[in-house]
Formats: sequence, structure tokens, C-alpha cells
Amino acid sequence: MEVNESLAIEHGLNKDEYKKICDLLKRIPNITELGIFSAMWNEHCSYKSSRLHLKNLPTKGKKVIQGPGENAGVVDIGDDDAIVFKIESHNHPSFIEPYQGAATGVGGIMRDVFTMGARPIANLNSIHFGSTQHKKTKSLLRGVVRGIGGYGNCIGVPTIGGQTCFDESYNGNILVNAMTLGLVKKNKIFYSKAAGINKPVIYVGSKTGRDGIHGASMASAIFDEKIEEKKPTVQVGDPFTEKLLLEACLELMAGDSIIAIQDMGAAGLTSSSIEMASKGKLGIELNLNKVPCRELNMTPYEIMLSESQERMLIVLENGKEKEAKKIFDKWNLDFSIIGKTTVSKKIELFYDEKKVADIPVDTLVENSPMYDRKWKKTKLPKKNKINKDSFKNLKILNVLNKLLSNPNICSKEWIWQQYDHTVMGDTIQKPGSDAGIVRVHGTNKAVAATVDASASYCYAHPLTGGKQVVCESWRNLISVGAEPIAITNCLNFGNPEKEKSMGEFVECVQGLGEASKYLNFPVVSGNVSFYNQTKEKGIKPTPSIGGIGLIKNYKDMITMGFKKIDNLVFVVGKTEGHLDQSVFSRDILNIKNGPPPEINLFNEKNNGETVLSLIKKKFIKSAHDVSLGGIIVALAKMCIKGKKGIEIKKPKQLINQFQYMLAEDQGRYIVEIEKENYKQFKEILEKNSVHYDELGVILDKYIVIDDKTKISIDDLILSNNNWLKKYMES
Amino acid sequence: MNSSVIIFPGSNCDRDMDVALKKFGFKNKMIWHNDTELPKSDLVVLPGGFSYGDYLRCGSMASKSKIIESVIKFAKSGGLLLGICNGFQILTETELLPGALLKNKYSEFICKNVFVKINNTENNYFKNIKKNILELHIAHNEGNFFCSSDQMKNINDNNQIAVTYCNKDGKINNNSNPNGAINNIAGLFNKQKNILGMMPHPERMIDTYLSGDDGSVFFQNLITNLK
Repeated sequence: MEVNESLAIEHGLNKDEYKKICDLLKRIPNITELGIFSAMWNEHCSYKSSRLHLKNLPTKGKKVIQGPGENAGVVDIGDDDAIVFKIESHNHPSFIEPYQGAATGVGGIMRDVFTMGARPIANLNSIHFGSTQHKKTKSLLRGVVRGIGGYGNCIGVPTIGGQTCFDESYNGNILVNAMTLGLVKKNKIFYSKAAGINKPVIYVGSKTGRDGIHGASMASAIFDEKIEEKKPTVQVGDPFTEKLLLEACLELMAGDSIIAIQDMGAAGLTSSSIEMASKGKLGIELNLNKVPCRELNMTPYEIMLSESQERMLIVLENGKEKEAKKIFDKWNLDFSIIGKTTVSKKIELFYDEKKVADIPVDTLVENSPMYDRKWKKTKLPKKNKINKDSFKNLKILNVLNKLLSNPNICSKEWIWQQYDHTVMGDTIQKPGSDAGIVRVHGTNKAVAATVDASASYCYAHPLTGGKQVVCESWRNLISVGAEPIAITNCLNFGNPEKEKSMGEFVECVQGLGEASKYLNFPVVSGNVSFYNQTKEKGIKPTPSIGGIGLIKNYKDMITMGFKKIDNLVFVVGKTEGHLDQSVFSRDILNIKNGPPPEINLFNEKNNGETVLSLIKKKFIKSAHDVSLGGIIVALAKMCIKGKKGIEIKKPKQLINQFQYMLAEDQGRYIVEIEKENYKQFKEILEKNSVHYDELGVILDKYIVIDDKTKISIDDLILSNNNWLKKYMES
Repeated sequence: MNSSVIIFPGSNCDRDMDVALKKFGFKNKMIWHNDTELPKSDLVVLPGGFSYGDYLRCGSMASKSKIIESVIKFAKSGGLLLGICNGFQILTETELLPGALLKNKYSEFICKNVFVKINNTENNYFKNIKKNILELHIAHNEGNFFCSSDQMKNINDNNQIAVTYCNKDGKINNNSNPNGAINNIAGLFNKQKNILGMMPHPERMIDTYLSGDDGSVFFQNLITNLK
């Protein structure tokens, strides 16, 4: 096949990029080489639009062992234990083929984690769908949930948390972001950097087929009406093989024969071999006839670009081949020596004894394009004037009932009941909590994890929204009594070639950088997904943040359900009455504009650290952060979980009841304490200059506002638990 | 007491079972599916998971594995054989237990706590057990027990129903049936009551910080009975 500019464009490269390739090689690439360049230089692998901005994120910290740039981030949790974790998107494939797209998303992120030597101990996910009225939403949701469950359940890793959002901006572009945490000993972490010359390069796992060819390029394309034709580029997952691969790799890793290991994810054999060579500053030579293939007559082009799942590339110590092969034989997996490391600093491929590609590694990596794309700042929208008339015909408890069955607030039990969340026997806080918690097996420690996104806030004002998501993650961890450690981010945006979308990206990243720096909550891994756009319509900017935290003694964890009648309930943090962009404003008052609630990082940190210190002093019996739906929804959820009620005191507020109860001001927690601790509790808050209001006293079974205004917990449970189930069954 | 847990490729509750057995005093060994001999055991366990990927009928590949002959021999000579979840499916596939486990009624994976009522205490598993309703955890896609009416008659005649799904007060009805299992059957014995297959996972409920603690009641009682 003749390679020329138009073929390069078909591969998703632009004219300038094609010219650059010819200049770097000092010749026209052959078809295999063009395929390799297109895979390495597309947005998904090269981060060409995002690199410039991502480098400003804070990535270092006392507990950070490995920041971005490896398969996943690694943080220290003491006693020689470390947590490896990352979140990744699988948006485009999931829209085309929801089951396989979501399943392989989960498979891919787990491989990233066990590639580093860590046994996966928990999965989470953040999924975004179109409006609940949209004709595709139900089937996409069903497919994605089955896919996530189908893969994770089979491997036997619990899915301990997640986040689901419905918004019409995802009608033509759903988001599936999967996160995995793994546990590893600090001295047994494996990296992808190859080292040493003439070391055998080993291929293990499934055979290579024609599935997923150009998957990474698809992930960097805009959808149009022909999207269904892309189905063949979606990979097919085989969780059983992944389970075998996991066990076999961990068995091999127990020894000392691995120099470097890298999973074959996006752009398969191409990116895995090139990354290993690039990091080790050496060359790799591969004989493609040795690659185990599933189909006949696969060309070098297809072999290099296949995204067949459940495959790994390993650089072994010389002489360890037999020992390694024995392990893979035991697990019935392919094992093939396909090449070696070289001094050439080139990637050299042979097929039928002919050289079919010869590319200097640095041209693919260091010399890959990097763009300073044009972007547009988003102005802070003007606040809406809210007056008493807006609430005139509303009753607070009716509003509460409506909000509890709002698609974005209601219980997601229908979803997480389809995920095995208890396998491995260490899940001590299940989905539906502020954060999922798993014990560090055989110790007193536990790790809390949460995943959060706030697309409406980010859309209204990306800078504030970016900060808010990080703060939300931090609050969720504190609410369960965990010390926040670090985050991973999955940045889902529209077309970076459009100034507005690029601006949303730049400002969200800036916001999340500011917040994570201030909170000492560094970013250790992540991924960027651009081109979440169908024709002209882009998604709302959606950075998903996965946060993790440590609980030193798992018995000290906090749950959100109210514990004891007569205990006192407080809101920590100040309620200003910010209603713009709240669920109440957007979905009940139907006011969609206005700024998101302001983020005050000083208060955020001070309030959070104070709540954590109160938890450490064992004053807090239950806690929950205030988020969507404000105080009233937070209280209702604590009532539902604890099967208790509350008598809400008439607060000494200067603002309207609706504003007080439904505002989504940030940096707030609701906490339960025992009466006898009130004095000390108050002293600590006052000493730290943290604002608090007393909300009420816990009682049995009812939320009582005054004599005429009360509602039973059983009614609240019905509103909250049934909506999604009914929707899916209708 | 010596126990053995069989590991098939794709088993994923093997470690959980090992942890639980050891916690309650068993000396447990893990046995690989390609082995042919069982060590001397007072209890053999087929754990949960997706043996061989379960791409055929669940448990059918495992029922043809190398180790299974020894397992069958062990059980036929009266040894205590416990199958949990995928283990239960394997037991029906080997025909050590009657019936089959079909897809859940709404063909969705279900992971949640359920209550089961113990139907028969004249056996080593439930003799002297302190509770007659246990709160256990299920996590399966194919737990909808089904059998022919002849088989059902035999099951009843021989008092082979071990546990049935119920509500927290012990009431057995459709509302308390999570997967559509015939007669709410959650677990079954063979005629001799030395083989027990159960969909619920007691090994996930062995301390109060997990989903519950009734698994402890089960294991504690089992080892006491064996001593």
C-alpha cells in the first residue's frame, strides 16, 4: 500500500504531522510505520493537547512513591505497604458497545495496577449518561453496569463505590471511568523502564486478534452518524484470562526475574514496547512471527495495532526464561520470546525475516507533537436574584421527597447490587457510603476510596468546578474518618481544537491543581479523554477525581447513618445560602444559569482538618458531607441509613428556610455527637474558628420540622430507593 | 481438623474461604485443580468464583477437572463436602446434588445480604446451631435453583433441603426469594447429608465489620460438631 498524505489523514494525523514524520525519518514511512506513528501520536497516547497544562499539577508529596508517568500512581501507607491506583476512561467504546466497552475499561485499569506488582483490592467507577428521557439511556446504563459487573465480578475484585450522573449533555457521549486500587509491598513495585542490553522480551497472555485495531485513534475522534460502523474497533474482554494473567504475573513477580513489565493497553504492542524502550533509553527488536496470533495471515500492521485484551510485555533477566515459562504454562497462558533489547535506541520489527519497521524511539515519544492550543476563559456568571416569591408555592418536605427521587440524588442500589462488593472479605464500607472502605488484608489499616465529578459546576465555571471536585473528594474521605492521601484524575472533555472546550480543560485543570496543592492532596496518576463530542455538541466538562485515604485502625471508621436517639446533630461550616447551580435551583426552580458555589480553600482545609481531629478524639458518632441537595438531603440520607429521625430545631438563621436547607455551599459536614461531649466539641470548633450551627436532636423514625411538618423515614426510603429500579423496569 | 479448599482456575473465593476456615481452627490446605490426590481431610470445600471462566454452564468444566474424581470418591465414602456458590453449581454438575442452578430470575447479578432459614439440623453442618435464621451474603448470576418434580419429591422425601431464603422473621415467600429459586431453596444436601451446596457465602460474614457475623455462627458450629 502506498503511503501518502491522504492515507496519513485517514489515520487521524494532520498534514503538518505527516510532514514532520517524513522529516524525522528522512523518508516516507511504510504502512506499518505509519500505523505506529498514528497510534503513538494520537491524542490518547501522546497527550499532545494536554501535556503543557498537566505539567502544572502538583504531583509530589511525602507519601508519593510514584507520580504520573507510570502505569499507575503509588503512595505509601506505612509498614512497607503501598497503594497503587489509577482511574481511566473508556468512553468511546462504551457508547458504541456498552457491555464490552465498560468491561474492557475495567480490565484495562486492573492490568495497569497489577502490572506494577499490586494485587487489585478494590474497583470504583464514575459513569455519566444522557437524560433519563433519552431513548438510549436505559439500554446504555444496563449494558455498562453489566459490563462493569461482568468483568470485576469474575476477577473477584470488589467494586466498592462509584458515582452516577444523568445529564442531557451526555446524550451522544456517555462517560465510563474505571478506577482500581491495588496493594503492594514497597520493595516489590514493578516499573515499565527496560534496562540492560540483549535481554529477552516476552509476550504473555491472550493471543493477538484483529479486535481493537485503531481503538486509540477512535478514542481521539468525534462521533458522527456513522458511529455504529466503528463497532469492530471495540475490544472484547475475557475476564477469566485476565484472572489467570493476574495470578501468573503475581507469581512471577514474587521472584526476581522481571526487569520491566508493561501491559498492552491502548495501541497494544506498539505503545507497550515503545514505552519500555523509551523509558530505558534503549532499543527493542521484535520478531513479529513469534507473536501468538488468534487469526490467520495477520499483517505486521495489524499485529502492532491490535488492542486485543489481557496481554503483557515483559523484559526478563537472561536465563530466567524457563522458570517464567513454567508459571505461564501452569496458568495455561501463551508465553513467547518475541525479541530483545538493543543498544540501537530504535524500534526494529521483523516479519518473515524482512525488516518491516525501523523507527528511532525518540521520534515517537520525545518528538511527538505538543500543542499550545488556543483557549477561551469562562467568565464567572452573575448570581441570580432569589427572593421569597420563588419559594411561595413550595413545601419543604415535598421538595425533599422530590430531591430524594431525583436521578442524580436517588439511591443507586439497582446499580451496585449488580457488582460484587464483598468478595475478598475486607469490604467494611459498601457502595452508597461517602467512601468505600476495604481493610488492608490481615492488618488493622483500611483504605478509603471515593470517585467524584461535578459537571454542572464545571460547566458553569470551570475554574471553580475544578477546585470543587477535589474538595468534594477530600470531604468524602474525611467523612469516613480517613486521612486523605492523594488523587487520580480522569479528565473528560470535548474537542480540544475548539477554544471553548480547550478553555474548559485548561481552567478545570488549573482549579484542580490549585485545590490539590492547597490541600496537600497530590495528583499521582490519571488520563485525559478529549473529543467527547457528537457532531457539534460537546459534553459538559467532566473531570472525575478518584481520591484515596488511610484509616489507621479500621475500627475507628465513621459511617453516615445516625446512631442514637437524643444525640445532637450539627452542621460544621458556614451556610451562606448559595442556590445557583444547586439541584434545587436547576431541577425544581428550573434556573439553570448562575455561578457554582464558591470554594474557599482556607475554610475547606480548616473545616476538614477540624472534623478529622474531632473524629480522632472519638467525638463524632456519624458524619456526612453536605453536597447535592444541601442540608436537608444530607440529613435525610443520614436518617435513611441509620433508620432514625431528627427533630430539626428552628435555626438562628438570617436567611430563608429554603435557602438554608437547600443551598450547596461548600466545605460543610453534618456530624452527630453525644450530649455530654457538646462542651468539648464546641470548644475545639471555636478554637479553630470553624463555624457551626446546631441542627437538631435525633429521634425515632420521623423528620420533624414543626408540628405540622413531618415525614416518616419509611416514606423517605421509598422515595430514595425506588426511583432507579422503577425507571429501569419501566 | 484438616480441611482442603480446591482452587480451579477462575476460583475467586478460595482465599476468603481459607481465611475463614483458619479463623475457626481448621488446618487448611489449598489444592490445585490439576492435582489428582486429596490430602487427608475432615472437610473439603469447593469455593465460589468462575471456574474455568464458566463460559459453558457454570461449574460444568470443573466437574470434569482432574481433582474432581478424588473429590467424588471422598464424598461417596462419607466425607464432608461443602460447595459455596460456584461450588454448589459444580456439585449439581457432578450430580452429587440434584437439580441445576439457572440464571437469576431477572438475569442480573445480585450481591446483597439475605436471610436463610435452616431446614434440617440433623447433620454435621447445622447440628446444635444456635440460630435457626442466618443472615448471609449472596453474590451470583446463576443461583436460581431448579429441578424436576420427581427430583423435588426425592428431595422432600429425603429431607434434603438445607436452607431456604426467608425474610428476617423467617417467613418464606416470593418477596424473600432473590433469584427465583424453586421453593426458595438456597442450599441443598445429598441424601446422606454429608454434601452441602449453598449459594450464600458464609465466609464473607465472619466479623461484625463485614456485612455481618452470621458466617461465624456457621463455621464455629461446624468445627465444634467435627471435634
